[in-house]
Amino acid sequence: MKRCDRLIDVGRRRFLTGAGAMTAGAAAASVLAPEAKATPGAALVSYPPNRLANVSDLKVNEPLDVAYPDDEAPGVLIKLGTRVPTGVGPDGDIVGFTILCPHKGFPMAYDAADKTLNCPGHYSRFDCERGGQQIWGHATQNLPQYALRVDEKGDIYAEGVDELIYGRLSNVL
Amino acid sequence: MAYKRQIGRLPIVPADAKEHNVVCHYCIVGCGYKAYTWDARYEGGTAPSENKFGTDLTAQQEAETAAWYAPSMYNIVRQDGRDVHLVIKPDKECVVNSGLGSVRGARMAEMSYSRQRNTQLHRLTDPLVWRYGQLQPTSWDDALDLVARVTAAVIDEQGEDGLFVSAFDHGGAGGGYENTWGTGKLYFGAMKVKNIRIHNRPAYNSEVHASRDMGVGELNNCYEDAELADTIVAVGTNALETQTNYFLNHWVPNLRGTSLAKKQAEFGSEPVDRARIIIVDPRRTVTVNACEVEAGKDNVLHLAINSGTDLALFNALLTHIADKGWTDKAFIDASTSGFEKALTANRMTVEEAARITGLAAGDIVKAAEWIARPKAGGVRRRTMFAYEKGLIWGNDNYRTNGALVNLALATGNIGRPGGGCVRMGGHQEGYSRPSDAHVGRPAAYVDKLLIEGKGGVHHVWACDHYKTTLNAMEFKRVYKKRTDLVKDAINSVPYGDREAMVAAIMGAIRQGGLFSVDVDIVPTKIGEAAHVILPAATSGEMNLTSMNGERRMRLTERYMDPPGQALPDCLIAARLANHLERVFRAAGKTDTADKFKGFDWKSEEDAFMDGYHAHEKGGAFVTYERLRAMGTNGFQEPAVAVENGRIVGTKRLYADGKFNRPDGRAQFMETAWRGLQAAGKEAEKEKFAFLINNGRTNDVWQSAYLDVENEFVMDRWPYPFIEMNPQDMAELTLKEGDLVEVYNDNGSTQAMVYPTPTARRKQVFMLFAYPAGVQGNVVSAGVNEFIIPNYKQTWGNIRKIADAPDGVRHLSFKSPEYPASPA
Repeated sequence: MKRCDRLIDVGRRRFLTGAGAMTAGAAAASVLAPEAKATPGAALVSYPPNRLANVSDLKVNEPLDVAYPDDEAPGVLIKLGTRVPTGVGPDGDIVGFTILCPHKGFPMAYDAADKTLNCPGHYSRFDCERGGQQIWGHATQNLPQYALRVDEKGDIYAEGVDELIYGRLSNVL
Repeated sequence: MAYKRQIGRLPIVPADAKEHNVVCHYCIVGCGYKAYTWDARYEGGTAPSENKFGTDLTAQQEAETAAWYAPSMYNIVRQDGRDVHLVIKPDKECVVNSGLGSVRGARMAEMSYSRQRNTQLHRLTDPLVWRYGQLQPTSWDDALDLVARVTAAVIDEQGEDGLFVSAFDHGGAGGGYENTWGTGKLYFGAMKVKNIRIHNRPAYNSEVHASRDMGVGELNNCYEDAELADTIVAVGTNALETQTNYFLNHWVPNLRGTSLAKKQAEFGSEPVDRARIIIVDPRRTVTVNACEVEAGKDNVLHLAINSGTDLALFNALLTHIADKGWTDKAFIDASTSGFEKALTANRMTVEEAARITGLAAGDIVKAAEWIARPKAGGVRRRTMFAYEKGLIWGNDNYRTNGALVNLALATGNIGRPGGGCVRMGGHQEGYSRPSDAHVGRPAAYVDKLLIEGKGGVHHVWACDHYKTTLNAMEFKRVYKKRTDLVKDAINSVPYGDREAMVAAIMGAIRQGGLFSVDVDIVPTKIGEAAHVILPAATSGEMNLTSMNGERRMRLTERYMDPPGQALPDCLIAARLANHLERVFRAAGKTDTADKFKGFDWKSEEDAFMDGYHAHEKGGAFVTYERLRAMGTNGFQEPAVAVENGRIVGTKRLYADGKFNRPDGRAQFMETAWRGLQAAGKEAEKEKFAFLINNGRTNDVWQSAYLDVENEFVMDRWPYPFIEMNPQDMAELTLKEGDLVEVYNDNGSTQAMVYPTPTARRKQVFMLFAYPAGVQGNVVSAGVNEFIIPNYKQTWGNIRKIADAPDGVRHLSFKSPEYPASPA
């Protein structure tokens, strides 16, 4: 999986020179074939229910690298330590977000000091405790957040995303 | 929780989509975009041959890709009567923004009128008239007949001074060369209207009189100069928020050191380094933070001066630089006049300036060194000076502007690569009008005259005094009273009896009433008082030309239909002129009627050819066809030639050392410090506890006239924020999100508390011109000698109104500052 954990570590300056740009990966193609007969299409994107982690994998205020809806879409799960409206898990404090900035697609870094995701490209900031609201920045949308579910074993599943992820015109490729 | 669109997929731009040149119609920077349109019934595919980008869209695209667009860049609109998909995305090939989109411009598609997707449905679609006690739709001819008859009747009784006008003078939306010419030809050509004002100030005047008087046009460099400068001096400009992509695409590379190769290529063996930057601003802004992140704190000097003391700082810098022998004597001798006289008049010691500005003397000396101390080998430093509303709307505008230009001239930094002394700008520019010399100087203080009961009819073009003027509360009180008199008169007569109607309106005007005509694209606050409302088209619904902050002129091509019957402003002006001609002719006033000839334009292009092409410097080289071919890069005004079908422009003004005065020499200005200049400001400062500093945030364009219908923006800012130090909050027992009242002797308004640890004690910063809390309510009527308002130096008290209402409880109140090294 060409994840971005290493990309985050290499620091902001490399992204800016292009060295850390995301590598495009192969994904299932779904080109519509020209047909005389009408083909039904879904009104909504059909998201895979993917297991991302178990509750026991998470430590408070430490982001866990995940990917959703596929390996080319890096994200994080965070156990915030305080209950939030969209939080899941026994403490209602687990949230998940894409880490691709919706402005220009740079991978963002988590700042544990104030529980924000921060873009090294152009300084946009998103509040993980407020549903990914852009605190300040250039994106014209708030940060895409995962719809999460936790089963009885503590396994955390993502089942959807609430905004368009940067770099794809369909959240499911 | 935060607003989410729940959009997981967007239609794909097909390979055969139409492509249109677009320049963002919001801020001065004028970023290049492309609009793609195609029929609503289909979309492109993910295979490279099936989409406009020739890209495999089944793959995740990398950062900064041209093959992605956000939901805000998409809509469905009408084009030539058909429904089409619309994608407006930043253009990578535009040298202004290189593919960057701001949080404002990247919403252009979503901020378009779409009945299909319910966006911007507040847009005006029909002429409206006050009829049976409310505004009702009518035809253009009916509305214009009423306007023309009342206007003509007022002119008959009061002369042209009875006609008051408020009109945009800029480029971009609500402006452009076509529309400034249309309105200009009507009011300054067919008539000689004197009681006229501009959209954001109460008179018809330049915001940068001083620079122009000195022979230095205010947009004299190019954006590349910010990449070439050794030092950037930024005065009262928060460029990251208000000229976003100019800052990101041209300042940041220099701060980061990535423009060094460009410097070496330009300057040869001259020593070069990454830029240093001096920021003069009482407030720590996100611009200050970003500069520190990029250049390192050692290369950023934030001079957090006492509000309104810029002039003292500039005079001390000039004195120190001159005393050190760091002035550019050769340039001063060859290209300027009055240096020694100005230096003597403006002399101020560093210590005196430190006392007035509140700065450390060492920091003033440091600033002087960064500006003018020669580089290794005795090479002159290249310093670019940039200023905006912190200076323009600040204390003693004329002298302070002049004092900054003095510094730039004394150090030989105008007309040279890496230099310039420029305003950063608000809107784009697009001024083309017959002479305004008859307006005089100082120009009429229009708002004051309206408050005093002067004038009988008021034509308002894309202005909203209720949100964007000073002394706004008093203005609204009187304006409502005067226009209500006319409404009551209209209500007393059957609408269809035009003669009786005009007579009733004139009767009310004689009693102190005012007939108000509002031309706009949306319902405005001042429009609530109007008797006639005329619907205008905006950029993209018409072809529109403007220039940006480096005088780069482009054509935005029409890519969609205007809503309903809306027309370009230039054609509204022309049709109004036609009606006035008819009314005057019918009244037997042939000479007057004849003045309204020459308004037979059928299109905005006709207005462009009649105005810019025929009248502006270099305009003869410029046509729509040539501009289309020049794409989103256009050319820099003035045009000087056409070569191989391409317009040749001018990269920098005054590169030859010849300035815009009769003798070709720039004139130094005497600008002695005189404290808080506007009447009443000093007393206000003594009486009230808080400085009510004010300005912009990047999410919001202008007075939020379109943003009020945008969920993304209104979710973030349901009320104007007021940044406040936590200790000040504690003293007033305030919590984040609480609504407070800001009040003084001028009026009162409201705002939402945003805790800001970097805010200085007793200095708050409030979002300007926001409809849910108008900062102008508490700004005094005090102006400078040329009727420039002083919004920035306002003092007031603050008290709690209510706990945070439900609509703000989901908001983040965290710091806007990007952390230099995230934990």
